[in-house]
Amino acid sequence: MKIIVSETENTLYRDSFEIEGGNFNKAGIVSTSIKSLLKQMGIAAEVVRKCAIVCYESEINVVSYARKGVVNLTVNPETVLIEVVDEGPGIPNIDQAMQQGYSTADQKIREMGFGAGMGLHNIKSYSDAFNISSELGKGTRLLMTITINNKK
Amino acid sequence: MNLETIVKELNLDVRCAPENLKNNVTGGYTGDLLSDVIANSREGYIWITRQVHQNIVAVASLKDHAGIILINSCEPTKETLEKAIQEKIPIMVSDLPAFELTGKIYNLLGKKD
Repeated sequence: MKIIVSETENTLYRDSFEIEGGNFNKAGIVSTSIKSLLKQMGIAAEVVRKCAIVCYESEINVVSYARKGVVNLTVNPETVLIEVVDEGPGIPNIDQAMQQGYSTADQKIREMGFGAGMGLHNIKSYSDAFNISSELGKGTRLLMTITINNKK
Repeated sequence: MNLETIVKELNLDVRCAPENLKNNVTGGYTGDLLSDVIANSREGYIWITRQVHQNIVAVASLKDHAGIILINSCEPTKETLEKAIQEKIPIMVSDLPAFELTGKIYNLLGKKD
């Protein structure tokens, strides 16, 4: 899968974080680290909040469905880019997957309170720009852009 | 209003992180769907839920919740407690069902400190 993330010469920070598929004991660790990092960088609370939501939902998707995944975080002066690339089954019908309430989660996942079909929808609505692509049998790539509002 | 007041008023059992009962509670959210809680709860909220597994700690920590209250005398799992101690998230247990507990906390928060 091709990875294209706009990195400028002004990029303030760039790091990658691995997610282990199927391991719910570790689910949320990457999102928590990213949230603390962004907070430490002095990014506005509302921006950090949006990043934490989209990152957590993506992380849960990787844990729920994929073998493994990686989160590539890029912080530019005006945007935070969160790219999540997984090695998994891929999504056969993206339009359907984006619909609120649609889910392919099994009973085990649902019992934990995941798999309500809200994840991708939340990711899209909390991102300022959202891109999703998927290849069956290969994996899924999400790219979320959160704008940093410096006016505040 | 801080957590300590809510604990006293509603006779909650504190399971961990008692040192953080001074946490200020700015509101509350009731729910068992993690995506719903992630999307709609806010910092400083008390989260009322029936979920007892360790992923609730990640959600509460990520959203900077004041604490988690488990309903119907549900107990957190061992892993949940360990994580909550690590993340300093107070977990409390109530014998009330979600509807009653939420109503009582809503009324408490509506009062002036």
